[in-house]
Amino acid sequence: MSLNLTEITLTYPDGDSRLTALDQVTLDVPKGSLTAVVGPSGSGKSSLLAVAATLITPDAGTVTIDGRATTGLTRGELTELRRHKIGIVFQQPNLLPSLTAAEQLQVMARIDGRNPRTARGRAMELLDAVGLADRAARRPHQLSGGQRQRVNIARALMNNPTVLLVDEPTSALDHERGAAVIDLITRLTHRQATATVLVTHDRTHLTAVDQIAEVHDGRLRLPATTRQVC
Amino acid sequence: MTARVGSYRFHRRKGQAEAVFVAWRDLKFAKGRFALMGTVIVLITLLVGLLSGLTAGLGRQNISAITGLPADKIAFQAPRGGQDLSYSSSTVTQQQWQQWSKAPGVESAEPLGITTTKATAGDKSTGVSAFGVEPGSRLAPDSNKISNSAVVLSVAAADDLGVKAGDSLTLAGQQLKVAAVEGDAFFSHTPVVWTSQDVWRKTAPPTGSGEGPTATVIALNSTSGADTAAIDQQAGTRTVSIEDSLSAIGSYTSENGSLQLMRGFLFAISALVIGAFFTVWTIQRSGDVAVLKALGASTAHLLKDALGQAVVLLTVGTLLGTGIAAALGALVAGSAVPFLLTPATVLIPAAVMIALGALGAALSIRRLTSVDPLTALGSAR
Repeated sequence: MSLNLTEITLTYPDGDSRLTALDQVTLDVPKGSLTAVVGPSGSGKSSLLAVAATLITPDAGTVTIDGRATTGLTRGELTELRRHKIGIVFQQPNLLPSLTAAEQLQVMARIDGRNPRTARGRAMELLDAVGLADRAARRPHQLSGGQRQRVNIARALMNNPTVLLVDEPTSALDHERGAAVIDLITRLTHRQATATVLVTHDRTHLTAVDQIAEVHDGRLRLPATTRQVC
Repeated sequence: MTARVGSYRFHRRKGQAEAVFVAWRDLKFAKGRFALMGTVIVLITLLVGLLSGLTAGLGRQNISAITGLPADKIAFQAPRGGQDLSYSSSTVTQQQWQQWSKAPGVESAEPLGITTTKATAGDKSTGVSAFGVEPGSRLAPDSNKISNSAVVLSVAAADDLGVKAGDSLTLAGQQLKVAAVEGDAFFSHTPVVWTSQDVWRKTAPPTGSGEGPTATVIALNSTSGADTAAIDQQAGTRTVSIEDSLSAIGSYTSENGSLQLMRGFLFAISALVIGAFFTVWTIQRSGDVAVLKALGASTAHLLKDALGQAVVLLTVGTLLGTGIAAALGALVAGSAVPFLLTPATVLIPAAVMIALGALGAALSIRRLTSVDPLTALGSAR
């Protein structure tokens, strides 16, 4: 397994009491597989993603990334883990306005302490994989919403992550583009052999995922196969 | 596809500052914003540069005659009643001078009379500082030409009076010959006329001392073996270094203090303006910073990137401003404006501007440390 969440409990302060966002959640995601986490707004999907991304430390439970438990790691060690092992596809593309599409990817090499120019081959390969090699020199405002989302996906894969976390990638896209993005994530998951978690409230494009987990009130239902759920 | 990939000109970016990857591209992308801030830095640097040159120029017109003396210390009459040392009120006697001359560790002790008076040549007249020295003194240029009927003029004094060597002038009613024109000595904003002690005594107001001929101060050259405190106590003098003696020139102290205060405020203002700019810029960038942190960028990397951006902006702006100040200074140097253009008056203010600006920027961008990467996930809760 490349991503293991074991007995994760996460609470937030809520006035004098605490609100339980995740309640004893356990999830295993193997390499090269795509797990969709679905559920209504406020069910805990994004909290689950944030815990898996090591951006929030849970109250209890263990997060294991590529065999390494994150419990007890310092902030710097968690940052390094994110840099090397985790790719994040944000809900909004969150591209840096001053960078071209290729530079959005090259910056990943830069924050890893490598010369971004030496990483241009990998950046172009990924842009080619998402169908944007001919848009490499364009800045975010020169790209469509779907193109920006594809750059967002390519950027998440730049440092060869073991775990790919995808947060509502179709929320700002129409049906056709949403389906194309999900299809792209599915293909890349298999090609790059990442353990991918796709958080979404939209079940319409989930025909090709390997497993679907449903979250309700912070509790995760046992994963079922795509065929069983849909 | 390959052809398209190949046509993308990464190589154009060779030589760019990859160490500040995002910052460098921000600078190029937000040209208007950074040009505005750069212009502010240029203008502040220009103002600081001009003020520095003017301060140094005015300072030179106050003190160059003293700093140019071949001496390391100046002995004043010990002031009474808690008063400060003053070139205008000090009077040393021949007896004090002789005590210093004979003191162990003192290589030379030469009396120097200083007074401000009026010099006239033909229909031109100007205020001058008369510096009275002993015949053959090392204190004055061409001192072997100085006598009771001949004086040596600084270049500025000769220019003001329109005279040259061999011409005549009147100094406080005394008809004298210009023996030579030499040096660029100024004292208290007046050019210096080097005279004999006798000419100086007739020029200076009487001191009323009954202890023989007097001078204003004694210029000393001493070794480390000289016990100046003991000699001071014995002779009734107070001895300070040449640099410390400058505070005894009233006009220099007040003028230089005011100008330095203005310069200091300009430095502080520049640091505040730059700090304010980068504070706003950092707040605007906090979303991008959260994304980079979420993607694995360390805080140290982000701080380095942001500080690098500030230093690039500061360096370019400061160099431009300094260049313009130097060009303007070169234009006005030699005119009536006392502007002094030297590496110290140009480069030191530039270095201080960059250092203080970087400090202001560093204080403002430290808020990068508090940006939460979780915010990049949007509605994570």
